[in-house]
Amino acid sequence: MRSLRLLWLFFRVSALSELAYRANFFLQLFESILDIGTALAGLAVIFSYTKSLGGWRPDEVVALVGVFFLVGGGIRLVIQPSMERLIEAVHEGTLDFTLVKPADAQFLVSIQRVEIWKLTDMVLGAGVLALALVRMGTRVGAEQAAAFAAALAVGGIIVYSFWLILATFSFWFVRVENILMIFQSMYEAGRWPVSVYPRWLRFSLTFLVPVAFATTVPAQGLSGRLTWQTLLGTAALAALFFAASRLFWRAGLRRYSGASS
Amino acid sequence: MRGMADIYAQQFKTTLASFLQYRAAISIWMIAHVLEPLIFLVVWSAVALARGTAVGGFGARDFAAYFIVMMLVNHATYTWIMYEFEYRVRHGSLSFALLRPLHPIHTDIVDNMSSKLITLPLMLVAAAVLAVVFKPAFHLVPWAVAAFVPALFLAFLLRFLIEWTLALSAFWTTRVSAVNQGYYVAALFLAGQVAPLVLLPAPVRVVATILPFRWMISFPVELLMGRLTPAAAFMGLAAQAVWIGLALALLKIVWRAGVKIYSAVGG
Repeated sequence: MRSLRLLWLFFRVSALSELAYRANFFLQLFESILDIGTALAGLAVIFSYTKSLGGWRPDEVVALVGVFFLVGGGIRLVIQPSMERLIEAVHEGTLDFTLVKPADAQFLVSIQRVEIWKLTDMVLGAGVLALALVRMGTRVGAEQAAAFAAALAVGGIIVYSFWLILATFSFWFVRVENILMIFQSMYEAGRWPVSVYPRWLRFSLTFLVPVAFATTVPAQGLSGRLTWQTLLGTAALAALFFAASRLFWRAGLRRYSGASS
Repeated sequence: MRGMADIYAQQFKTTLASFLQYRAAISIWMIAHVLEPLIFLVVWSAVALARGTAVGGFGARDFAAYFIVMMLVNHATYTWIMYEFEYRVRHGSLSFALLRPLHPIHTDIVDNMSSKLITLPLMLVAAAVLAVVFKPAFHLVPWAVAAFVPALFLAFLLRFLIEWTLALSAFWTTRVSAVNQGYYVAALFLAGQVAPLVLLPAPVRVVATILPFRWMISFPVELLMGRLTPAAAFMGLAAQAVWIGLALALLKIVWRAGVKIYSAVGG
């Protein structure tokens, strides 16, 4: 409960400070529309030549694009800015200020920065998703919606843990922001169903850089292709990822000695 | 002319040494350059395989060839100046460049080429690996391969001039990211990065041919793929030359106007 209140607080503070720069909102909106428009136009070109891609029908791939922007927006909203700030803080020694606060440090660093206008990606992504769902019609029932929500939450945990692990490397290495680039580049692959990719790439996108869990798996939930076994397996993996990231974070903290002069 | 060559050689040595320190970072940035064409390669191959017939003259292995060459040409011609120039203007570091008795575009050209020298081996390895995995079908035509060399050089020059000129928009606005993204999206479709231009709707193809986009990236790829007639290749080289002339004129005008209003914010 207290965590939720803290989250809300960070959210409000960053919203208040960003509201002073309202032009940024329109700028971000323009970029988000351009981004999603590009994705949909690309799909239009491809589906003018085929009726299915990797076993997915057009509406399902559009839904996947919606999920891709929804999750990507979430990452850019809070995970990415916070983790970038964490790396900075480790370099400059300002992590001290976070550590002395009376709340869990991992939680604090994970929500410390919110880029409020990235909400446009999430809202537009949700819009595209809704549009795709309407076109898919009655096939999405309560069961699929529940599977989708569960897969989305579990995928979110995996992505968050992965980012935390990457950012925690900054306790040992200096140029970690470049490692973050790897995830950002690989995430682009998530806008297509992973079943399209050859086996080695599918494996990389599932286990090396867990992009598939963030986009393909939730979208599978919507189209009713997600089996209970996959969902449970994903949940187990999320728990594993989360525990591993927590342990790694603790190990990193033990190494942290402050760098302030 | 001799003086210019010396300047280029010296600048080359300096920037190469400094870039070599960041070779790991530069290599990581390459992932995006490999991944983007790889994704489209996979997607279009899947389309061709699902249909069982060629798509607009492209089979799965033709798509492999197209996107592997596209990857190399895009890498050879890309610049990052549009992202960097804003920083120079905003932080005032452009002031130092203005003091030198040399147009700043020259150092940028050398910067660009020395960074490519570091990444070229990586890109070739990536291309070789992709070639082994996807078995591209090349139909090489000797004259077209020969014409590819000047076409690639002109494409580099044209893209560099266009993007350098666009980067100058930082003189007038601090919000260049919207400009950059608009340009990036246009290039994605109009330069053949999403799909070979022949697969796009006819109006888009016409726009791509009139504007410089096709001549910046797509044209050398089409040429190497052996998909152009000699007449079309000749027309293409001419179009590149005309656009380079226009871009050069535009660059001069915009640069002069921009420097006039530049007030070295920060400094």
